[in-house]
Amino acid sequence: MNAPLLVTSSPHIRASSSTRRIMLDVLLALLPAVAASVVFFGLQALLVILVTVASTMLTEFVTRKWILKRDFRLGDLSAVVTGILLALTLPPSIPLWLAAVGGILAIFLVKELFGGLGQNFMNPALGARVFLFLAWPAAMTDWSKPLMDAVTSPTPLAILKGKEVAGAVLPHLSQLFLGDRAGCLGETSVIALLIGAAYLLARRVIHIRIPFAYLGTVALLSWIFGNQHGFFQGDVAAYLMSGGLILGAFFMATDYATQPISIPGKWLYAVGIGILTVVIRLYTNYPEGVMFAIIIMNTVVPLIDRHIVPKTFGGSRA
Amino acid sequence: MIFQRPFRGGAPVPHRKQTAELATQTMPVPPKVVIPLLQHTGVICDPKVQKGDSVKVGQILGDSDKLMAVPIHSSVSGKVTNVDLMLWAGGIQVTSIEIETDGKQEIVDNITPPVVSNKQEFLAAVRASGLVGLGGAGFPTHVKLNPPQDKPVDTLIINAAECEPYITADYREILENSESIVAGVKAVTTYLGISNVLIGIEDNKPKAIALLKKVFAAHQSVKVLPLKTRYPQGAEKMLIWATARRVLPVGKLPADVGVIVMNVTSVSFLGQYLQTGFPLIKKRVTVAGGCVKEPKNVEVLIGTPLADVFAFAGGFTKDPRKVIMGGPMMGVAQHTLDTSVVKHTNALLALPANEGEAPAAGACIRCGRCVTACPMGLAPLMLNRSALKNDTEVLQQYEVMACIECGSCAFVCPSKIQLVQGIRLGKTQVRLADAKKKAQAAQEKAPQGGRA
Repeated sequence: MNAPLLVTSSPHIRASSSTRRIMLDVLLALLPAVAASVVFFGLQALLVILVTVASTMLTEFVTRKWILKRDFRLGDLSAVVTGILLALTLPPSIPLWLAAVGGILAIFLVKELFGGLGQNFMNPALGARVFLFLAWPAAMTDWSKPLMDAVTSPTPLAILKGKEVAGAVLPHLSQLFLGDRAGCLGETSVIALLIGAAYLLARRVIHIRIPFAYLGTVALLSWIFGNQHGFFQGDVAAYLMSGGLILGAFFMATDYATQPISIPGKWLYAVGIGILTVVIRLYTNYPEGVMFAIIIMNTVVPLIDRHIVPKTFGGSRA
Repeated sequence: MIFQRPFRGGAPVPHRKQTAELATQTMPVPPKVVIPLLQHTGVICDPKVQKGDSVKVGQILGDSDKLMAVPIHSSVSGKVTNVDLMLWAGGIQVTSIEIETDGKQEIVDNITPPVVSNKQEFLAAVRASGLVGLGGAGFPTHVKLNPPQDKPVDTLIINAAECEPYITADYREILENSESIVAGVKAVTTYLGISNVLIGIEDNKPKAIALLKKVFAAHQSVKVLPLKTRYPQGAEKMLIWATARRVLPVGKLPADVGVIVMNVTSVSFLGQYLQTGFPLIKKRVTVAGGCVKEPKNVEVLIGTPLADVFAFAGGFTKDPRKVIMGGPMMGVAQHTLDTSVVKHTNALLALPANEGEAPAAGACIRCGRCVTACPMGLAPLMLNRSALKNDTEVLQQYEVMACIECGSCAFVCPSKIQLVQGIRLGKTQVRLADAKKKAQAAQEKAPQGGRA
């Protein structure tokens, strides 16, 4: 026996799972939504996605290699996931340079400056989107369908809120379900998002708990308060399928880095997002609340983890 | 079936129990044995022989008058060639007896079955047998079987789960020595006045389950409970929950919830000892792993160097990268084959580079798989992170001391983080912080009272 024996702490065997495989699963799960965005918004959608992905990957590389001087692991695919998620939250007619700026903000500002993968305190894609939304409000709410018609169409949520031009009609529920409506690239097709979500659940990359609690809260509150003419008359299906709710519930709120550790904490977090979403949708100037709701609850997670600790088997708190 | 419902969490570890159907082979006497005087949880024994002494099989080599010590017997006949600090499989230097064997295996004269008629005599016999917990922990059995008076024990749980990959030593004990198990269980229940026996065994061992049910058929008080095959089913707290449905509080002993847990090979040895009076000098060891030419179960004399045991299993097909004493989830990696088999060794594994090398750790993505896997309900990612920051406050808030180091968290971690190592560090930090606090409190008290 010539080679020296390796001594490490136990355990000595590992499961075959990997971070890369998890990220790859998320990418596969996003494919239907990407395809739907190209179907409904044309090649412009593909361009936006390519630009944000190139931007996030390049930013990750430059930041880690030349600014922070740390090892860089583009191979873990997390920058690609962030790039696609960001693109799916952008309006189809967004200037490409702005999409690129979004990618830089997501990786540099929200992710790497806070310690990189797993250390970010808010979802990088959503954090960047908030910045874009506040800095370039016009470009971020231009819902015209590029290359198809030049007419600006109101989003379903704006119609539900009764804020837009009179005469605009809420799209039929089947249109909401398939995705033929105004909105961000990846949020419009509910069916495409649900296919991806089903894949993530089947692969056990995500757990149903958070989407269930989030969507359940939104459904309940929308039903109770969603109609100005009286309680318990809200159009639950329309509220659930409008805006970025499905994308947010399955792909954003379930982001590992920004959810609590304990199971009771996860429930609290998801219900909190649900309440904030409905409050913002119904009682503020903004038609959509998913983005702000998730970001706000993201920042509350360290507080939740500080106070809601998992229950130990036979522990003193049992 | 109610007992199919296991504990919460756990990890889907591979089984790799290829040696299960291979009958135990007895290994010949090695030219030299090294017998450490620490083969149990507790204090190191004092040597009772000197360099140059001739010893016989069964002769006492070391003993101590401390409670947490068990006598250690010679496994061979021969000549003591050294009594000194030597490397022990646990990684430290321990006083050990090196014996050059003469191959005659002459037995010491005074071996007779113990005369036992009451609890005191029984416990004395248990101690004299040299028995420790053979499942891997090595807890002195005579201490375990003598819980304080104010903690009445009503249930004896026999641990036959054997949930670690590769290991089949307990399984072979059941198939080969089931009558001794019956005798051992009878003795313990009789002398300790225990009315209820639960045998917990994972349901991937149908042959052993059937045999146990058969040999215990006439015993109304003994229940054989097939448990779901899920690591770490054999961990004490998980087993007590799965069999007796009792929660063992953190920091308490099984007697606190009215149970005693014994490994199946331990109880079997006890059955044999009461009939023969022959002390613990040998152990069945599963020799396996990707580098072992002929994986098998070997009956090994205690003190046999690892190199000899592997040689008996046909040697290596390729250079091992990692050699483990115990299972791959909780065993101790060895840096040399010069260390020797001790009483509670249940497996020796030689793994090639592709199995034994720890993959490079990546960043924690907080996926929470470690939290889901932890059978104790802890948050390993939080413990590891806090240990790296030496944050004893959070470590204690998240109950780091409750960790049983089963390795489920690190097994499932997709980023391959050495979580157990981090948690062990955290435990040490908490112990140090506690000691410091105590010392400070004592110091503050002293000058006020004017006492030095």
